[in-house]
Amino acid sequence: MLSTSYPETEFGDLHRRLFALRLGLLLVVGLLGLRLWHLQILEGPYYRDLSENNRTRQVLLEPARGLIFDRNGILLANNVSSFSVYVTLEDVDDREVLIQQLSELLGLDPALVRKKLAIKGSKLLPRKIKDRMTLRDATLVESRRLDMPGVMIQVESQRNYPGGLIASHLLGYVGEISADQLEKPESDDLHQGSIVGQYGIEKSYDRHMRGMAGQKNVEVDALGHEKKSSVVEKPQAGNDLYLTIDARLQKLAEDLLGEEQGAIVALDPNNGDILAMASRPAFDPNVLSRELTAKQWVQIVQDEGRPLNNRASQGQYPPGSTFKIPMAVAALETKTMSPSSTVHCTGGYQFGRRLYRDWKAGGHGYVDLHEALVHSCDVYFYSIGQRMGIDVMAEFGKDFGLGRPTGVELPSERSGIMPTPAWKQKVKRESWLPGETISAAIGQGFVTVTPLQMASMMATVANDGVNYRPRLVRAVMDRATGNLQELPAVPRGKINAKPETFRIIKSALADVVTKGTATRAKSSIVTIGGKTGTAQVAALRTGPEESIPKKFRDHAWFVAFAPVESPKIAVVVLAEHMGHGGAAAAPLAKELIEAYMNLTTPTPVATSGLSGMSPDDGRGIKDS
Amino acid sequence: MIDRLTERRGLDGFDIRYVGLMLAILAIGVLSIYSVTQGQQNGNTPYYLKQLMWIALGTAAFLIMWAADYHDLARFAYPAYAFILLMLVFVLFEGRTSKGAQRWIAMGPFSFQPSEFAKLILVLVLAHYYSKAPRVGWLQRVIVPGLLVLPGLLLILKQPDLGSGLSFVAVYAAMLLMVGVRSQAIGFILLFGIMLFPFAWEGVWGSLHDYQRQRIMAFVDPGYDPGGKGYHALQSRIAIGSGELLGKGLYGGTQSQLKFLPEGHTDFVFAVFAEEWGFLGVMVLLGLFVGLIWLSLEIASKAKDQLGALLAAGIVAMLCFCVVVNIGMTAGMFPIVGIPLPLVSYGGSATIMTMASLGLLLNVKRKRLSLFY
Repeated sequence: MLSTSYPETEFGDLHRRLFALRLGLLLVVGLLGLRLWHLQILEGPYYRDLSENNRTRQVLLEPARGLIFDRNGILLANNVSSFSVYVTLEDVDDREVLIQQLSELLGLDPALVRKKLAIKGSKLLPRKIKDRMTLRDATLVESRRLDMPGVMIQVESQRNYPGGLIASHLLGYVGEISADQLEKPESDDLHQGSIVGQYGIEKSYDRHMRGMAGQKNVEVDALGHEKKSSVVEKPQAGNDLYLTIDARLQKLAEDLLGEEQGAIVALDPNNGDILAMASRPAFDPNVLSRELTAKQWVQIVQDEGRPLNNRASQGQYPPGSTFKIPMAVAALETKTMSPSSTVHCTGGYQFGRRLYRDWKAGGHGYVDLHEALVHSCDVYFYSIGQRMGIDVMAEFGKDFGLGRPTGVELPSERSGIMPTPAWKQKVKRESWLPGETISAAIGQGFVTVTPLQMASMMATVANDGVNYRPRLVRAVMDRATGNLQELPAVPRGKINAKPETFRIIKSALADVVTKGTATRAKSSIVTIGGKTGTAQVAALRTGPEESIPKKFRDHAWFVAFAPVESPKIAVVVLAEHMGHGGAAAAPLAKELIEAYMNLTTPTPVATSGLSGMSPDDGRGIKDS
Repeated sequence: MIDRLTERRGLDGFDIRYVGLMLAILAIGVLSIYSVTQGQQNGNTPYYLKQLMWIALGTAAFLIMWAADYHDLARFAYPAYAFILLMLVFVLFEGRTSKGAQRWIAMGPFSFQPSEFAKLILVLVLAHYYSKAPRVGWLQRVIVPGLLVLPGLLLILKQPDLGSGLSFVAVYAAMLLMVGVRSQAIGFILLFGIMLFPFAWEGVWGSLHDYQRQRIMAFVDPGYDPGGKGYHALQSRIAIGSGELLGKGLYGGTQSQLKFLPEGHTDFVFAVFAEEWGFLGVMVLLGLFVGLIWLSLEIASKAKDQLGALLAAGIVAMLCFCVVVNIGMTAGMFPIVGIPLPLVSYGGSATIMTMASLGLLLNVKRKRLSLFY
């Protein structure tokens, strides 16, 4: 057939071919030259004329941002139409006259209008003078438009949060993209003036919700009046999100906190769904999503209560006695204690030259693990802490997700601290002191956690060690295809502990509510297990609670789960400066749990009254 | 003469005319980018400054490719190809999407476009293959290298990046032409092509993305989509045509001050230049390109061995193709495919890749094999 060998004369061939290439090149360039001659010289005047009369303006069509719903389809964020007025300088006859007209019509300061018109850039780019105009103003401008060439009214969509303050820390807010954000590669399909999520879910799911801008061409006549417009590219609406939260429960959680500062988190232990996540004080995302004056912004940022701080995922507090739950698991699993072995509590624990006090002045007597949890005996935990050592404690704490972010889909989640000697060496450049192990055993000292971490810890215990990543988004509705994509729960692993251990802990936690430090959480309709805690704010305490200024009072913790037999919900309440967990936080958790049970069971039951109070702890460290 | 001069200075093969032409074209690019993007900033750093930074990086790439020994480079051809294919796969899954195509891999503040670098690597691969290939029939001459081209081509079309895909095919075709395909083989390809045509047409048209179909339709009939893709082609023609003989001067382009022209600093930069500098400016730019290509062909024909000749020819073919197609598309002779104008359009990956290719071309000119030993 055609198998030939190619001798080295192929080089001759190559030369011939290169020559052909040259000819080809000249031919093609000649053609290009001809074409350009044709365009620029022969038809030049025609195109020049066209270009001068080419008065089409390109206007970007902003996409509608995806909506946000709660788990039952209740709307939490949508878009409402608003009117903006734009000016294209190219078409303006007399700038000063226009500034005069516009400022009179809209009641604006002429200096402001002048400033907006002076933004650098081509004269052909429409400049936004005012957005979110009332319908009345828009109509006014529209009716006078013929006397004001270059003025254009655009309908735009404005982010709106029908619930107001509800879930504001979760939802976050939107705002115009900053210069720094525009620099980033992920902002490639965005432009100056694009609205993007700046906080919360709006930020972390921005890519899903932002959609794609479209474009329309507007033809204007010589006077700058719009003649006709044609859409070049339709904007592509962003995708909708379905959250895991239940808006009813969310609202209740926020109402329960009321004017107090603090956080409430409710989780479904079986899949990690966050049912409610409240943080107080809150902010109004409707206000933040609009153009703020510098003064308004400073007011929000410098607010003493730090309303922009999501206390549930960013607030770091000592866990206090709630930390005894993972410590109890550690004690059983490391065989430091058997369920039946006891510690004698006389009201204090002597270590070296110091006496570590129990909150109960007279002591608890002989307590086993069950009683130590039920009555929150500090001495018991001092002693097991000392026996296990900080490294073992930290290992269990970390197993329960403390000291690291949970991975919830919110920006800037904080990780808290699960201290170890290595950590202290690295951060504080000091060596670990044995006494610090003892403080850590009851959740004081260096240990800090976020309410969300504690909720996840509680859910893990309720779930016999199986843990899911807390999550806020259940499903995404793809607007382009109409597909509802359910997001699967994300398992985060399992605590390696015997089922028996969890059984012991859970029965103790159930008794905390029935006869221990949290009887105020006792419910007549559902069995609740839980643990109180107090996070110390100021180390030195003198006199009764009432005499201390509020900002130095301790924070109250309550972590709970229910029903004890087959847990459906885990709840954490942290009330800042509210003193004892049992008194302040426990009743709130009970109300939330009962409400949830009523929501999820077909026949609602009346909620029970309040049961008696019992003190939690009033401890301090005294040198003896 | 020039060669002797540079040789004596240890700058063997460093052709000052060649480098001068390249720099002149780059300067025209920066000027046009500066003109069209002033006043509109995507963030803090103006485009023309960023382009200058890319040129600085490109210069380093140029020097490296020039200083090495192209025989050594050819040895890396296959591993490099494998690597870039991985990158192309990666970009499909992890890439950054822009304007409906996933072409970029984000690396910190930069993003990198593997399909650009794939073009140069393909030239290396084919040149290396042909200089080593057993000299038998068309199977080794056509089919095997075709199979080499295919994975890269398919991955690039998947992004979709029609422009880079076409460059791939152009490089392959140019190489075939250089090594000489026997008439039977051509006949075979044609026959095969005709037999497959109905399927291919169905397959191609069916698999095209909407925007590509629109572009083809817009080329066939610019009135088909008024205000759509045909609109861009028309605006580009108006921009070029209205430049007339002398142009409207710097910033004078009413068309290109980014109101009418899409992508004025990237794919349509030629239209910006033509509007502002007119037919005379365009002739100067074309002259510079022709000069550069002419010198490159010279280098190819004087190459010491088969590998050098093929490398040079492949790079020239790639350069020619991009220049002709880009200018042809802005001037409304071809459908709009996303091909940047080499050395002129804004873009990091493209600028660095083109300068590296030119460095490699100049490498072929050197007498002594390496500066390093």
